[in-house]
Amino acid sequence: MKSFTYERAKTPAQAAAAVAKQQGAKFLAGGTNLLDLMKLEIETPTHLVDVQDLKLDRIERTDEGGLRIGALVTNTALAADATVRRDYGVLTRAIVAGASGQLRNKATTAGNLLQRTRCPYFYDTNQPCNKRKPGTGCAAIGGFSRQLAVIGSSDHCIATYPSDMAVAMRLLDATVETVKADGKTRSIAMADFHRLPGDTPERDNELERGELITAVTLPRPIGGTHLYHKVRDRASYAFALVSVAAVIQKDGSGRAAFGGVAARPWRVEAAEAAMTQGARAVASGVFAGAKPTEENQFKILLAERTLASVMAQAKG
Amino acid sequence: MKFETPATQNPIDQMKVIGRATDRIDGPLKTTGMAPYAYERHDVASGQAYGYIVGAAIAKGRITTMDTSRAKAAPGVLTVLSTLDHDKPLPLGMMNIAHLYGGAEIAHYHQAIAFVVAETFEQARAAASLIQTEYARDKGRFDLAAAAPSAPYEPSGSGADAKDIERVGDFAAAYAAAPVTIDQRYTTPGESHAMMEPFATIAGWESEKLTIWTSNQMIAWNKGSLAKALSLKPENIRVDSPYIGGGFGGKLFLRADAVLAALGAKACGRPVKVAMQRPLMINNATHRPATIQRIQLGATKDGKLTAIHHSSTSSNLPDGKPETAIAQTKMLYAAPNREYWLKLAVTDLPEGNAMRAPGEAPGLMVLEMAMDELAEKLGMDPVELRVVNDTQVDPGDPSRPFSQRHLVECLRTGAEKFGWSRRHAKPAQVREGKWLIGMGMAVGFRDSPNTKSAARIRLEKTGRLTVETDMTDIGTGTYTIMAQTAAEMMGVPIDHVKVILGDSDFPVSAGSGGQWGANNATSGLYAACVKLREQVAQQLGFNAADAIFADGKVSAGNRSVPLADAARSGPLTGEDGIDYGDIVKKNQLSTFAGHFVEVAVDAYTGETRIRRMLAVCDAGRILNPKSARSQVIGAMVMGAGAAMMEELAVDKRFGYFVNHDLASYEVPVHADIPHQEVIFLDYPDDKSSPMKAKGIGELGLCGVGAAIANAIYNATGVRVRDYPITLDKHLEKLPAIA
Repeated sequence: MKSFTYERAKTPAQAAAAVAKQQGAKFLAGGTNLLDLMKLEIETPTHLVDVQDLKLDRIERTDEGGLRIGALVTNTALAADATVRRDYGVLTRAIVAGASGQLRNKATTAGNLLQRTRCPYFYDTNQPCNKRKPGTGCAAIGGFSRQLAVIGSSDHCIATYPSDMAVAMRLLDATVETVKADGKTRSIAMADFHRLPGDTPERDNELERGELITAVTLPRPIGGTHLYHKVRDRASYAFALVSVAAVIQKDGSGRAAFGGVAARPWRVEAAEAAMTQGARAVASGVFAGAKPTEENQFKILLAERTLASVMAQAKG
Repeated sequence: MKFETPATQNPIDQMKVIGRATDRIDGPLKTTGMAPYAYERHDVASGQAYGYIVGAAIAKGRITTMDTSRAKAAPGVLTVLSTLDHDKPLPLGMMNIAHLYGGAEIAHYHQAIAFVVAETFEQARAAASLIQTEYARDKGRFDLAAAAPSAPYEPSGSGADAKDIERVGDFAAAYAAAPVTIDQRYTTPGESHAMMEPFATIAGWESEKLTIWTSNQMIAWNKGSLAKALSLKPENIRVDSPYIGGGFGGKLFLRADAVLAALGAKACGRPVKVAMQRPLMINNATHRPATIQRIQLGATKDGKLTAIHHSSTSSNLPDGKPETAIAQTKMLYAAPNREYWLKLAVTDLPEGNAMRAPGEAPGLMVLEMAMDELAEKLGMDPVELRVVNDTQVDPGDPSRPFSQRHLVECLRTGAEKFGWSRRHAKPAQVREGKWLIGMGMAVGFRDSPNTKSAARIRLEKTGRLTVETDMTDIGTGTYTIMAQTAAEMMGVPIDHVKVILGDSDFPVSAGSGGQWGANNATSGLYAACVKLREQVAQQLGFNAADAIFADGKVSAGNRSVPLADAARSGPLTGEDGIDYGDIVKKNQLSTFAGHFVEVAVDAYTGETRIRRMLAVCDAGRILNPKSARSQVIGAMVMGAGAAMMEELAVDKRFGYFVNHDLASYEVPVHADIPHQEVIFLDYPDDKSSPMKAKGIGELGLCGVGAAIANAIYNATGVRVRDYPITLDKHLEKLPAIA
């Protein structure tokens, strides 16, 4: 691990300014991903700005009848929140499908959104990786790609984004609220928050340097049956091969978003019109243009069948 | 003591302590964190500095330059060792083919190439990243499937007896004539031991004498290997390894941690500690090799096997050994016509070597799947197929009987307890909601090797007993069975026995591996106890043959004396070992199991969930049913991993195992493991040893994978012959969703 300096910020704007002014500075919240990556020298920040004192750990009603989730609300607290469980059940289900109790106790809402890929080539600093070291190439293309992206990938990167929570947030049309170093705030739709790799896979999301997530807001509840099915190679404590977040209404209409298939939660709203026609109809729209590898092409059928399972479950 | 004739009645048969379910005597130390593992032995040497290992970034080639200057100048750094400090590799230790350190040549990925010692762990790690290494890459061979067609035979036997193909009878003719046949190809992947505790060592020198506090299964091998590697006299080396956080064969050998800690400590003049970082644990070390196997079975219409062919191809570094996946097939079923061969390709992946039940584990995953396929083709119950092909003699040499073989009883008992009769012979018939339900079974088989083992036991003035041997406890319960043995032999309560293990200054034991530890190490202690009983009897004026040791007293006729009295004028020590005569060659000493499994497969996603597992084991006298059960259920977990998820993923371009940490090399977690049950038949085997016990540590793994695979097939009707059976391999062919 490279030496680094450390400070604890007092306000969001101060934290944003502290990171903006120093090249190589990063925010530190729960540390469940960043510290691991630092030990492996995948991340080598020069300076850490600890945001734990920013009092962003509340869940509040919004004026619009939705929910504002503070950036520092832990995954455990968010999953256990009574309102979330009642009105946004898919979010609770997604969160508890991820990591372990210990990690969820420490991991934060904003930190979860900023998780880096689990691509094994990203994790091995001896190997080329455009996401870790731009311009070195992508070892995953032509390599061990079973876990990796089937859609939205590029010739520069086929990594997936590992969060479960974000898949549910994407489904719920969440918005990410941020503050920049100059104190200005903005809202970014979850649909736009994570970036596809293109030719700049090192940038996972749309945040600018020093831009700090302060909250995630959810619109008014949409009713329906909330389900999250995460499929993996063991029953727990693994990243998704494919996951499906769905809210399904009594008439069979609804929404579906997919995890484990792309560099961001994958949702194609236009395809949801076919929800009443069954999983195959939806999946053919969602995965149009997919470019799987030989090793991971099963994910497309798996996604369809997982959606079918979720739809059947919603029917009861 | 030489064991040459079947054991007769002896004090162990009292079964006052032996055979009783007994808590681990080291349990409280472990559950309170007080059992010191290698890296935690802060008290054994003062001024410990921290080491950090640098692994090669390429799989094949050589180092052209290495610049350690920045690392040497980094804060806190005491010394930086480079593999280029040596012209050539350090001499190989025992049983290994991959050099651990030294020279410019790179033979496999993450081979140790440098070692940084610093005041703190963080300083050592930071400095290690400053080492700049340039390589000349060679084109390596990393693809078993590509190398297999041209791989040479690995002959069995040696010298004039060496044969490429082992034959009994006329396989080809019998197979051609058989009315029912099976001919299939199967694969098993490379697997990693993935033990919890990494390789870890503290090394310290006192002038020419080196002590390593380490984590190793085989103390004498480790000492001998370290002496060779460092060109030291064995008498100048002490190895101490009292607690081991899992090994599974990965810690049978000397590893880079011990060599580098010793070199680092020498270089900086201070004790050095190192634990290999997790991402290096898989490619730096050994692994269970992948196999490509073929089985042909020929049978009569009533299920009698007439012809068996089993062949297996694996690969290794040059001069390596094959995975002996055919081993059990030579012994398991009667059939007059038999043929086996092994082929061994050369690849430049990390070294393949022993992992729990080497040979049998992948061999039975395949043989017992083939038997399931044959049973289906015959329209016969899979249990009955095994029963009709049972043998009580070595099928290749009928003059050699099994010392005992209660396999049929294992199967009958297991079938009854498991409710096997409820299984539908036709697959994909049972549904519970979205779940496809299936049952499978398989036979477990593993030899119970006999090997020399010595121990020492001392009667202290207090009347307490101290046992000393270099035997190890790798989490198996050795401490407890040794204490039970001493308590039974000397007639004292178990808490009067102190057991000290893992120290190379003590008598050389069998060590832990190959499921030979428990039977041999307790037998060695039995021999030492016989010596001590003789001394005690003499001291107290008894005839040793008549004296009864019970309740802390020694008695004969109507005279009874406290045991402690024998040591009033000073401790008495009995030291001896067990050695074996022809009896263990004239008889085939093996262990047997029937494994039964029920699974549910998600009809939508193909995810498999094990519901129930049962193992019925025939492994001689069970010394401690509690720790033996733990051994078996742990092995069943390992079998679940092998069947369903464990696979070292090879990058065939860069030549390494890509999933080299515990996040990506998945082993079962609690949620994968359901109800497990173990039944021991518990027949003392008088031809095995004075303890009448056998090995149990590997039997529990043997056959489990196939039982799960057969259950998955029974659930889905889709036969997957390439392990592990991950959902992608059967997803497309699953029955239509209702």
